[in-house]
Amino acid sequence: MSTTTLSKAAVRKKKWTPSQIVLTAVGVAVSALWMTPLLWALFTSLKSETEAVEVPTHWVPREWTGQAWEALFESGNITNWFVNSLVVSVCVTFIVVFVSALAGYGFARTEFRGKNVLLGLVMAGLMVSPAVLGVPLFTTVQSMGMVDTYWGMILPQCAPAAMVYILYKFFQSIPHELEEAAYIDGAGRWRVFFTIVLPLSRPSLSAVGIFTFIASWNNFLWPYMVTNNPDLMTMPNGIATVMNSYGIQWAQLMAGGLMAGLPLIVVFVFFQRQIVSGVAHTGLAGQ
Amino acid sequence: MSAVDTAVAPAAVRSTLAADADSLRARLTRRVQHGGWFVAPFLALFALFVLLPIGRGLWLSFTDANISGTGARFVGLDNYREALASPLLWDSLGHSAYFTLLVVPCIVVLAFLLAMLAHHIERAKWLWRLCFFAPFLLPSTVAGNLWQWLFNPATGMINHVFGLDTPWLTQKSTALLAVVITTLWWTVGFSFLLFLAALQSIPRHLYEAAELDGAGAWQRMVHITLPMLRNITGLVITLQILASLQVFDQAVVMQDFGPGPEESTRTFVQYTLEEGFTSYRVGYASAISIIFFVLIAAVALGRMWLLRKREEGVR
Repeated sequence: MSTTTLSKAAVRKKKWTPSQIVLTAVGVAVSALWMTPLLWALFTSLKSETEAVEVPTHWVPREWTGQAWEALFESGNITNWFVNSLVVSVCVTFIVVFVSALAGYGFARTEFRGKNVLLGLVMAGLMVSPAVLGVPLFTTVQSMGMVDTYWGMILPQCAPAAMVYILYKFFQSIPHELEEAAYIDGAGRWRVFFTIVLPLSRPSLSAVGIFTFIASWNNFLWPYMVTNNPDLMTMPNGIATVMNSYGIQWAQLMAGGLMAGLPLIVVFVFFQRQIVSGVAHTGLAGQ
Repeated sequence: MSAVDTAVAPAAVRSTLAADADSLRARLTRRVQHGGWFVAPFLALFALFVLLPIGRGLWLSFTDANISGTGARFVGLDNYREALASPLLWDSLGHSAYFTLLVVPCIVVLAFLLAMLAHHIERAKWLWRLCFFAPFLLPSTVAGNLWQWLFNPATGMINHVFGLDTPWLTQKSTALLAVVITTLWWTVGFSFLLFLAALQSIPRHLYEAAELDGAGAWQRMVHITLPMLRNITGLVITLQILASLQVFDQAVVMQDFGPGPEESTRTFVQYTLEEGFTSYRVGYASAISIIFFVLIAAVALGRMWLLRKREEGVR
């Protein structure tokens, strides 16, 4: 690794030192390689279906056409799936952030009977996901009559022990003095939580929120188990069924795939700084 | 309330101050008691969607329940006996384990290298972050489809670019490898971001001090960067092992929901779901789930035990 990058003066002036030139060249090469599959998907989505499967294959469309994208919107439930994904992910994110902030704080800063036992149970929950206990979770949700409903898709994603654990660790790191000063001024517990602790935790909460949103938007397994109704499908599931039902229409499939990824990529472009600093703040990356 | 104040104060004042301090302490304690209300909403969801399914799964695993849930009979340990004797269970477990062994070291090394790169290039930092993280933002089905097509022997780019004619997805020796490659590209961004955040939170003065002492780039990396990244590396390894053992999405998407050539890509999760939702043997599938849960728990506890041992070693 370069020696000059580390000193403050170099950072300020951003000089093109030889090591920076080499590093940047490597960076350009690696990220070009990394983006190639996405670019390939984009080019394919702009070919006609026949050109997409031509042998030998070629990168750039000979004839540019938006046909696959049009077909996607005409034939498709794609707008429907998009809305479903949005509803599910937004609800999951709100519930998870709210519920795990409360629980993380409760475990970190309050006392109640059985706290340690409950904390142990939550830690055990870190190991459970729909992949591990999918079938029993399905029969449980089935017995609650929530198969093929929004609630059935949303609620089982709302008990993520990992998020509680992250916030628990974070709340432990807030200095006690801040809260005590507020108590002495006569504020109650809830007031302290909402007016002092929560505002302080914004970076961590947004990291938790963004990761929850990504995970939920891209969740395939649980919606796949819990719904068969095409009207309720989310983006990843809809795309998987397109693939199965009409045989493979590659151009259209690639257009659909890009559509499914686009919202998150836009979110990331706008929030990437917060995401990285949020991760640093949660203590996830802690030293 | 400092000791000096109370020492010079007259007795009466002193006792009031002491009483004040007492009541303050009592008030503060009261503030932190009965915090159960904070955790109640989470615990309710947790009980319904984590604890209840575990309990239910445990009960079902001793029955011959089918998907409709009616007329289940208690069959004792039969499901477990059958599962442990089934070659399908061991094969699928083997595929998941093999996948994990290949993916975890590669992801850790790759994520670290990409993070070092993105951290040390001074220009356009957002661009590197975006490039390496973007694949993680795609749904697994999309990543799977995309690579299924890249690996297509006739129309796919991989054979075209490298001048091969490997039938990647339809021969046993490469089918799972293709899933591994897809997974590396698709998921490395998450670990990359964790490493990047950790690199950014290493205090800069450590490097400056080392530089003054004449440490070269390599020495700074070995004596500062790597030790400071130890915790995050441990976390990345744990998260990756747990996630990789649970691999499902990419593998089934790339094989059109089948078990792959000569059943070579059927993973453990896929086996569970096939038994539960295709063969409708909910009791049997629950027994496999419980076996899987115990396995995952063993891995996680083993990791915790190692961690504790290491901490004791440090002390």
